[in-house]
Amino acid sequence: MDFELSEEHRMVERMVYDFARNEILPSIREHDRNGTFPHELLPKMAAQGFMGICLPVRYDGAGMDFISLGLLSEGLEWADSSVRETIAVHLGLHALPIFQWGTEEQKERFLPPLATGENIACFGLTEPGAGSDVAAMTSRVRKEGDTYLVSGEKMWITLSDVADRFLVFAKTNQEEGTRGITAFLLERGWEGLTTGTIKGKMGVRASNTGWINMDEVPVPESHRLGEEGEGFKIAMSCLDNARYTVAAGAVGLMKYCLEASVAYARQRRTFGQPIGDHQLVKQLIAQMKQRVDLGELAVRKVGWLKNRGMRNTRETSMAKWYCTESAFATASDAVQVHGAYGYSDEYDVERHLRNSKSAVIYEGTSQIHQLMQADYEFGNRTDRPLRCEMPAYDPEYWQQ
Amino acid sequence: MNIIALVKQTPDTAQLSASMDGLKLSAEGGPRIVNPWDEYTLETAIQAREEHGGKVTALCLGPPEAADALKTALAMGVDEAVLVSDPAMADSDSLTSARILVAAIRKVGAFDLIVGGRAAIDGNTAATAVQVAALLGVPLVSYVAELRNLDPSDRTLSAVRLLEKARETVTSRLPALITVVKEINEPRYPSLIGIRKAARANIPIWGCKDLSLDAAAVGAGASGVEWRTELPPVREAHIEMIDGGPEDAARTLVDRLMEEKVI
Repeated sequence: MDFELSEEHRMVERMVYDFARNEILPSIREHDRNGTFPHELLPKMAAQGFMGICLPVRYDGAGMDFISLGLLSEGLEWADSSVRETIAVHLGLHALPIFQWGTEEQKERFLPPLATGENIACFGLTEPGAGSDVAAMTSRVRKEGDTYLVSGEKMWITLSDVADRFLVFAKTNQEEGTRGITAFLLERGWEGLTTGTIKGKMGVRASNTGWINMDEVPVPESHRLGEEGEGFKIAMSCLDNARYTVAAGAVGLMKYCLEASVAYARQRRTFGQPIGDHQLVKQLIAQMKQRVDLGELAVRKVGWLKNRGMRNTRETSMAKWYCTESAFATASDAVQVHGAYGYSDEYDVERHLRNSKSAVIYEGTSQIHQLMQADYEFGNRTDRPLRCEMPAYDPEYWQQ
Repeated sequence: MNIIALVKQTPDTAQLSASMDGLKLSAEGGPRIVNPWDEYTLETAIQAREEHGGKVTALCLGPPEAADALKTALAMGVDEAVLVSDPAMADSDSLTSARILVAAIRKVGAFDLIVGGRAAIDGNTAATAVQVAALLGVPLVSYVAELRNLDPSDRTLSAVRLLEKARETVTSRLPALITVVKEINEPRYPSLIGIRKAARANIPIWGCKDLSLDAAAVGAGASGVEWRTELPPVREAHIEMIDGGPEDAARTLVDRLMEEKVI
C-alpha cells in the first residue's frame, strides 16, 4: 500500500495550484460578481494540456493518469468551482465517454480537437422534467433513412452556450424506459439546435449553465455513440468520470477554505488573543481538516481504482457524496470563522459557500447517492460488466 | 547555441512563517521553490534556444533537495540539468558559490550565453552571477529587461537594462553573462509532457571531487563574509501628539515628517 504521490503527481499538483493562484484567482471574483464566463482561461488551460490531461497522446492528449485528473480538478476548484466544472464536463462527461464507448474512427475524429481545446464540449442528460429520474426524459428520436432526427429540451447544462460539441441523450424507443435511450454527438451550427444561458444562479456564477433546444436536429449514424438503446449505460458511466472530478474538486475547495480560515484565525484578534486560540474556533479548524483528509483519501482511492481499470461506481458515488457534503459544511464553517467579513464577497470563502451548494445537487443529489449506497448493501444493486469498459491506465499505451 | 541557466532553489517566502534565525530564514522542512527571478532566467534561456537552436543546461548549486528546482527547469523545457552539491559546500558565501559555479560551468564546456536572475530572494545579494562573470572573464550585462538582438553568428547581443529611472541599451560580445529582471518575459508553466520527462530524468550530481575542488576551499570555512546583523530588526514605534491650532499643528507635522525623512 502506498499513500505517497509520485514525483510526477507532485509536479502536476504544484503546476496546477500555481496556475490556479496566478491565472484564476486574480479575476474570478469579478467574473462571479458579473456572472461572466472566463473565456480568457480556456486557451491557457488548453495550452497547459488540461483539456485532455488523461487522454492518450495518440489522440493529442497529455497521456497522464486518473490521479493527475483528480489533482487537476482539486487545484482548479481550490480557486473556483466554475473552472473545475469545465474540466468535469468537457473531459469527464464528453471526451472520456468517447474514449470509452466510441469506435476507433470516432476516437480519431473527435478526440484530438477536444484534447487540444479546439472544440469545447458539454453533456445534455437533464431535462426540465427529468433530473435524477432519467427514464422520465422526453427527448425523442425519429429515424429517416440513415439519419436520426433528435428533438427535445435539455436543462441545467454546463457550458451549453460555450460548447461547440454536445453529447445528448434521447429516446429512440419510447416504450423501453432507460433501455430506449441512445447517445448522440451533436455539433453547434446544425439545423434545429439552439442554446441559451440561465441567469440568477446562487453560485458557480462564472460557469455557463443553460439549456439546449433540439428541433428535429438531423444526426448521421457516424455521430451515434454506442449502440441504439445503450444511452443509459453510457450516461451512467460518464457520471463515474465526472463525479470523480466533482469529488476531487470539492477537496480543493475544502483546502482553500481551511487555509484561509487558519490564516484569518491567526491574525484576527478578540478578547486580547487571536481567535485561533479560542477552543470553539479550533474545533471548527479541526473538523475542516478531518473532512479534507478523509475526502482526499476517498478521492485518491477512486483514482487508484480507475488507474487499475477496476469498476468504481460505488466508490465514486461515495466519494462524491462525502466530499461535496463536506465541502458545503467546510465552506459554511469557513464563513463562520471569518465572521461578518466572511459574509462579504471580499473574502473568497463566501463564493466557495455558494459554489459548494451546487455540487450536492448535480451529478446525483446526496439523496440519490445515499439510495445507491443502501441498495448496494441490500444487494439490490450490482454493477454488471459493460460492453465497453474504461481500460486500466497503461503508461505505455497512453504515452505512445 | 550553448546556453547555461543558473538556477537557485529558495524557500517559498510567500508561504513562510516569520521565523528567522539570525540572518537566515528558518525554512527547514518548509516549502521550497525555484527562485522566482530564475523563472525568468529559465524562460529567457529556453526562448533563446527556441529561436537559435542548441541546448540549455540548467546548473543549480544547493543541497540534494534542490534537485526539485532542476526538475521544474526540465519540465519547463531545458535540455539538461546538473545539481552541484556537496556537504562541504554548505553555507558558501556568494564569492565561494561563484567559484564553485565557475568550476561547474567549465565542466559543462563551451558556452555562448549564461543567464541568471537579478538576485535570489533568500540572500538577495545580487552578487553571485556578477562574480561568476568576473571569474570567467566574460562581459556582464545585468538587469536585462529586453534581449533585442542575440546573434550567435555575429557573436553579439544587444540588451535593454532596467536601471533606476532609466533604460540603457547596451551591446556585448558573446560569450556573455546576463542577469534578467521580471520585465523581460512571462515564464511558462511546466507542461504536462515536460513533467513526464522531468519526473523520469536522472539528474547528475557534481561534488567537490567531480569539479576538482578542494573541500577546504569551499563552504562556510572558506567564505569571507560574516553576517552580524540581527534579524528581524527591532521595531520601534511611538505616538506623538501635536498640540496647537490646525495651521501650527500642520506646520509642526510637516517639520517632523521632514526631520524623519518621511517626506
